[in-house]
Amino acid sequence: MSGDQRSAYRSLWRLRSYARPYRALFAVMTVAALASELAPAAIPLIAQRVVDDAIATGDRGALLPLAGLALALGVLEALAVMVRRWVMTHSALGVEADVRQDLYGHLQRLPIAFHDRWQTGQLLSRATDDLGTVRQFIGFGLVFLVVNTTVCVVVGVLLAFSYWPLALFVLAATVPLVVAVRRFELRYSRVARRAQDLTGELTTNVEEAAGGIRTITSFGRQHLVLHRYLAEARRLRDAQLVKIRVLAYFWALLEVVPQLVLTVVTLGGAIAVANGALSLGGLVAFVSLLLLLQWPVASLGWLLASAQEAETAAERIYEVLDTEAAVTDRPDVRPLAAGTGRLRLEGVGFRYPGTDRDVLHGIDLDIAPGETVALVGATGSGKTTLTALIPRLYDVTAGRVTLDGVDVRDVALAELRRAVATAFEEPTLFSVSARENLTLGRPDATDAEVAEALRVAQAEFVHDLPWGLDTRLGEQGLTLSGGQRQRLALARAVLGRPRVLVLDDPLSALDIHTEALVERALRDILRDTTALVVAHRASTVLLADRVALLAGGTLVAVGTHSELLAGVPAYRDLLAQESDLEEVAP
Amino acid sequence: MTTGQDWRGVAAEEVDELPERVGILLRARSRRLLRSLLRPYKRGLWVAAALVLAQNAATMAGPWLIGVGIDTGIPALVDGDWTPLLLVVGALLSCAAADGVLRTVFLIRAGRIGQAVLLDLRRRVFDHVQRLSPAFHERYTSGKVIARLTSDVDALNDLLDEGLDGLVTALLSVVSIGVVLVLLDLPLALVVLATFGPLWLLARWFRRRSYAAYRRTREANSSLIVQFVESLAGIRAVQAFRREPRNAAIFAELNQDVRQANATSFRLLALFVPGVAILGTLATVIVLFYGGHRVLDGDLKVGVLTAFLLYLRRFFDPLQDIAMFYNSFQSASAALEKLSGVLEERSELAEPADPTPLPAARGDVAFRAVRFGYRDSVVLPRLDLAVPAGQTVALVGATGAGKTTIARLLARFYDPRSGQVTLDGVDLRQLPDADLRRAVVLVTQENFLFSGSVADNIAFGRPGASRAEVVAAARAIGADEFIQALPEGYDTDVRKRGGRLSAGQRQLVAFARAFLADPAVLILDEATSSLDVPSERLVQRALRTILAERTSLIIAHRLSTVEIADRVLVLEAGRIVEDGTPAELVGGEGRFAGLHRAWRDSLV
Repeated sequence: MSGDQRSAYRSLWRLRSYARPYRALFAVMTVAALASELAPAAIPLIAQRVVDDAIATGDRGALLPLAGLALALGVLEALAVMVRRWVMTHSALGVEADVRQDLYGHLQRLPIAFHDRWQTGQLLSRATDDLGTVRQFIGFGLVFLVVNTTVCVVVGVLLAFSYWPLALFVLAATVPLVVAVRRFELRYSRVARRAQDLTGELTTNVEEAAGGIRTITSFGRQHLVLHRYLAEARRLRDAQLVKIRVLAYFWALLEVVPQLVLTVVTLGGAIAVANGALSLGGLVAFVSLLLLLQWPVASLGWLLASAQEAETAAERIYEVLDTEAAVTDRPDVRPLAAGTGRLRLEGVGFRYPGTDRDVLHGIDLDIAPGETVALVGATGSGKTTLTALIPRLYDVTAGRVTLDGVDVRDVALAELRRAVATAFEEPTLFSVSARENLTLGRPDATDAEVAEALRVAQAEFVHDLPWGLDTRLGEQGLTLSGGQRQRLALARAVLGRPRVLVLDDPLSALDIHTEALVERALRDILRDTTALVVAHRASTVLLADRVALLAGGTLVAVGTHSELLAGVPAYRDLLAQESDLEEVAP
Repeated sequence: MTTGQDWRGVAAEEVDELPERVGILLRARSRRLLRSLLRPYKRGLWVAAALVLAQNAATMAGPWLIGVGIDTGIPALVDGDWTPLLLVVGALLSCAAADGVLRTVFLIRAGRIGQAVLLDLRRRVFDHVQRLSPAFHERYTSGKVIARLTSDVDALNDLLDEGLDGLVTALLSVVSIGVVLVLLDLPLALVVLATFGPLWLLARWFRRRSYAAYRRTREANSSLIVQFVESLAGIRAVQAFRREPRNAAIFAELNQDVRQANATSFRLLALFVPGVAILGTLATVIVLFYGGHRVLDGDLKVGVLTAFLLYLRRFFDPLQDIAMFYNSFQSASAALEKLSGVLEERSELAEPADPTPLPAARGDVAFRAVRFGYRDSVVLPRLDLAVPAGQTVALVGATGAGKTTIARLLARFYDPRSGQVTLDGVDLRQLPDADLRRAVVLVTQENFLFSGSVADNIAFGRPGASRAEVVAAARAIGADEFIQALPEGYDTDVRKRGGRLSAGQRQLVAFARAFLADPAVLILDEATSSLDVPSERLVQRALRTILAERTSLIIAHRLSTVEIADRVLVLEAGRIVEDGTPAELVGGEGRFAGLHRAWRDSLV
């Protein structure tokens, strides 16, 4: 990414597709801005006429129309300002909302692998701060950039007509300005980008501190975390100060150059007048015109700054929008064959993007319709990764997964994920109502279905919450116990009877009593649902018809629990607690 | 597709509509915050104001000097005398130089103050938020904390950015030109002053409406951020359960709310600013008409009227700048109101005014007549429990029996409603936070890893621990092996490599962290639930040595963990129903014996 490309406002230009629906409004804004710039210029002229015509000639009758004209112009100016601002609420805010919606939608589609890499804080700052910067530019900066440039050109032409030798000099004076502008753009885009990146980092920092607050509190590490945050905040401050400095020098230059030009014009003009090459009135007119340029030139400072910031912000937004959703529907999706849920893994391998090691390789497993297979393996052996391949949270990097004979990558994601439901080991709960937490992607689930799911998962405690199913669960449902959360996650998975159930250690946080109840209810469901169940305990394994043992990234043994117990020492080590227990028991 | 707001669910803490009286109090509160933020920079602000004035003088001098140059320089030059013209040119050049220098210095100084204020605000809010109780965070949600510390802080940034130079120049112009107007001609000045009545009404209307609008903006923004953050944090569940369309619909609604709220405040501004301009025009027109007549009547000199009209323009233009500043101020006020709200939030777990230091706790823990519940439920009706230093206690009981609550009370995540929890005889509420946290550490299932390396995450237990100590801690609980196998060993970045530690591995890291912290009292709430049996066995073996000389409270559904305890408490509905050594209870006929049998059977 070279500076040259950046200064070309490439990313901002790409946003034009979002601006297109509002292009008429943008035109209105520009015209209104132009009108509100020009109207006040006429007021002094009217005052002039009042003094020169009406008063000098003693014509009382001329006073009223002139006053009326001044009023009309004033009202026109006010109206123009109002129209521009009012229209902006449709156009710029509209673009902002449209881009934000697309950004959010896109983020939801991006694969888990993307979210593994990107921190929420960085993404949030793009959807809020950066988008706000873009909105400000297209709402104000852009319009005035156009208007002020127009004013400059018009005044420049008028200057040329009024006395060309001086005008030539004024033109020459723009050369250093143009050079300064180029330099400024290069430097400013760099520092602006840095400040935006640091803003994202800082947001990430906040996000982490807010998310990890219980760990921080428990260890009493507020100081440490505050210290880290402040270090980051100081880096941001320093970056902002660099930005301010760059802008300050540029801005000062923009103030000084016109003044210098004015000085030279005064000198040259005075000489010209003294030589009789220019009339006194001509000089006055020339200087007055030149003064009109002062504001448009000075305002270039913040206009270009805001343009640069909008460009780097747009760049950051496109970094996300340009990331392709790697796990997505293929163009020729096939419907899922009617079937009862035969799940096959054929030579499945997986490697996380950006790494050079297979987490899983050569996995073959055939799960018959209605069969339940337990997946057993040591901590970190890849069990959870394997389960994520079935609903395509990740795509396999070798081999294939088929459901009822169809490669899962050939099925529409929505259809696949309707057929395959997962209960994650860490139950993710949102701060919305309990019902919403249960139904997630199925807002149309009936009350009966919800009640049934709650019953199966032994999660009927939900009915006893203060507002029953309408109770808003706190963030991550922390007022619930670990067991309660796990049962909610289970209820969510069994809701609507999916074809395939993937349960990641579904009973780990349950006490013995509840575990027995859940187990009993699960058996009913598992009897005719194909299921892959990650298990650490013998009790969970017993839910399954067969067991697959995962070690070294591949399946080393498949069979019934008792077969493996008898014939596979590694399996015995993983599951049999007795020996150790005897030794521990007092 | 409309979704309504049903998805939010109901919670007790919501207060949406505020009575007017409370609104006034809130405004006063946010102004107090602003004042206290600016106070340390009072001098700097005055200097900055002076710089603006000086710079303005330098800019204003330009046209006047040119006039002088034309009036005196040219005639002199015609006579062959260059001196006056060159003097003027020299003065113009120095003005230009002064202008440039003053502008630069001002921008940098004002920027420095603004950034310092922001940093101070960030520090205050962040520090305060971190000290609030887990109960607060549970209710408030992390998304809202993020909203406060990002978009609300930014609103103040806008004010500081917008602000000072425009405001100072504008105020100065309005006041000085006002005086000049009065001196020029009193009747005409009265006409101008008469516009202040409607101007005041307009400003009042704007203040009321925009304040409400900006409040809405802040709230809409924070709801949007909450939704954004939560859906990305839970993206696995979102995708696996096809919640994307539903989320998109909810987000669209929140996004439109933000747009509407912004539009409302922009529209108010779209009326307010031209409103001010119209009043200016009216005054000008009246002056023109009335003054013109008076000139014709011979009451007024032409020059005076001309001057008056020219000055009038300079009087009303800055009023628009003030209006813009006022707008930013309103927006910042609404944000400051939210921020001051958080800052006023008293931690339910406030540090005692007069703490009893306990630098080296032994670990005697006692619950005395403790009563506790969440909202209106009662979880622990009355708990009495004494745990002598060094004892390992296992808590057993069904979900909802109050095990986790006991753990949270001991870690002082909550305070009891009545009764007290003591450490070495001192009420936890009397302990300095640092001492309490050094002495008591709670490890839960929720094993939060911070961005940084695995080693950093373990060292979180004891900042400043050497690599050798970190490795020793990991080795002690059996985490060393898997950490060594990671791509970059202990230096593997846990976030960048993408949450790629499994739940069990995260538990091991959390264990190592707690072990390194070396507390007198260790509470383990389901801390081994995601471990496979061999890992759990390793942890248990380690626990036997680790827990030997410290007090510990263990909650585990797997009774294998319980067997390393010195003492088992069986809880039912917040009451201790059995209390004894594991052997005693297993041998007896109570509930634990039953549970134990059931568990043995489940092992197969």
